[in-house]
Amino acid sequence: MGLLSKKDAALIKDPLTDNNPITIQVLGICSALAITAELEASIVMSVAVLFVMGSGNLIISLMRNIIPSKIRIIVQLIVVATLVIIVDLVLKAFAYELSKTLSVFVGLIITNCIIMGRFEAFALANGPWRSFLDGIGNAAGYALILIIVGFFRELLGAGTLLGIPVLGNPIPGELSGVYKYGYENNGFMLLAPMALITVGIIIWIQRSRNKELIED
Amino acid sequence: MGLKSNLHKLKEKYKDTKMAPAFNAIHTFLYLPNETAHNGTHIKVADDLKRTMNTVIMALIPCLIFGMFNAGYQHYLALGEIQRVSGGFFSSEFWTMANFTVGFWKILPLIIVSYVVGLGIEILFATIKKHEVEEGYLVTGMLVPLIVPIDIPLWMLAVAVIFGVVIGKEVFGGTGMNILNPALTIRAFLFFAYPTWMSGDKVWVTGAVERTNEIVAGAKLDVISGETILGSLAQGKEFAYSTWDMFLGFVPGSVGETSTLLILLGGLFLIFTKIGSWRIMLSATLGALAMGLIFNGVVNAGWIGEGSKFYSLMTTPYWHHLLIGGFAFGAVYMATDPVTASQTNKGKWIYGFLIGFISIMIRVFNPAYPEGVMLAILLMNVFAPTIDHYVVQGNVKKRLKRLKVKTT
Repeated sequence: MGLLSKKDAALIKDPLTDNNPITIQVLGICSALAITAELEASIVMSVAVLFVMGSGNLIISLMRNIIPSKIRIIVQLIVVATLVIIVDLVLKAFAYELSKTLSVFVGLIITNCIIMGRFEAFALANGPWRSFLDGIGNAAGYALILIIVGFFRELLGAGTLLGIPVLGNPIPGELSGVYKYGYENNGFMLLAPMALITVGIIIWIQRSRNKELIED
Repeated sequence: MGLKSNLHKLKEKYKDTKMAPAFNAIHTFLYLPNETAHNGTHIKVADDLKRTMNTVIMALIPCLIFGMFNAGYQHYLALGEIQRVSGGFFSSEFWTMANFTVGFWKILPLIIVSYVVGLGIEILFATIKKHEVEEGYLVTGMLVPLIVPIDIPLWMLAVAVIFGVVIGKEVFGGTGMNILNPALTIRAFLFFAYPTWMSGDKVWVTGAVERTNEIVAGAKLDVISGETILGSLAQGKEFAYSTWDMFLGFVPGSVGETSTLLILLGGLFLIFTKIGSWRIMLSATLGALAMGLIFNGVVNAGWIGEGSKFYSLMTTPYWHHLLIGGFAFGAVYMATDPVTASQTNKGKWIYGFLIGFISIMIRVFNPAYPEGVMLAILLMNVFAPTIDHYVVQGNVKKRLKRLKVKTT
């Protein structure tokens, strides 16, 4: 690794695999269930969290020596809230329809456990560069799961990807693609329980590939 | 060289290999094992898992046969080729070869898909986990074809069976460890995934969907349809079935659930063989009656006017609820599943009563889910361990009190 030292690279790599915030720490589940019915919403949510976590971790890390520890939670909240409002306003300005789909869940990034968790556990005790990498790494781990879940839910639930029909035309009378052979979209995939089950299946696959992750 | 000795040879050959459970399963499914215990003291009981499962399947056979005849009867009735049965249960207009043939060729593929896919998954998991294949799927495999609409596409059934067996059972540790009834998990999956195939007036009569597609494609034919009684009630429509039809089962519905009479006989058989719990069956009936009486009472008291969308379901005589829809089937064959029901006797009363109570509540209050009994049983499956916990704790407390009285 030319750009990053081995230790720094681990900050990015671990959350993507063996220390994934969703599948291993089981944090940030609410939004993973709520907005993954469409791939586009998952991607936008991922980018939003990536921005909030990267810059949030950086800011907290820069301020870590001047934050009085008694009121640190309030300070952290103010930082996240500011960043989330920026994201929210940008979405409203440039992607109004999408911001309606995501509705309150952009605002609820504030309560995403992963963000507060990384502020507390990492940014308060580490330098800005490493904190920034840690934020990016964890957000990327979150994004990875969101995008996988969003991909399968939209593909199997609606037969589209990013709104583009990939499996053919399901309208009766003008059937095409796989629908001609009697295939039908699985409406259950669009409901929240199936998102939970999809996350569960990812956890299952991950742990059966790496037995060390199984805890009793 | 019979099949048995061949199987035995194969079993010996693949002993201690990965494939062993697969051969063992097929062998014990078809034949009694050769091996018996040789020494020591043994308590011999014939009621092993296989025997229990087979008893339930025997209790299901009448429903299955009736379902085959009924499928053909509903088909020809909708086509207008035959008249409504008028002569009671043994009426020769119903038990015709033509009716049976239609039903047989529609239902046989459902049974085959259900068993092949389900047992395939069981064998796969047994091979991965390196344990013997359990007989858990025998009953589920027979229940599944009986609780789905007759025209369900086979691939949907296969997908649902895979989901039900893997997510409903295997992830919890296989037979005996599941929280939810696998057959109902399969039905619930179908219900939420492919709602157009699980409700409406086209799916209960075989051929109706095909006919609709032909009409869309331009054929000049009459639409055939058949709404279930619950479906008609939910939409406030009239239906033309007498109470007697409902009891005997000459109505559209899922394959095996229509004949309350045969379900009742199956239930008595299960009680007689001590496989099914009479407490659960009885308390579920009481629960349903109680909820039905409450609804009738609400209407009689004048709290609900004719304008309400619940009116037609609420005014249904309370005991009709036992005859229509899948309530009887659910209460007799599904709620009594020993793995997912409550284990304690007091718990069984509570569990059964709430199943009946909630079934009718869902049925009336949410016309989008006409089959409340499925959701009610799944819900109570989740609560069954909690009920047991409190029953056991209550008993412990009572005994502790007695102990204290004695010691002081």
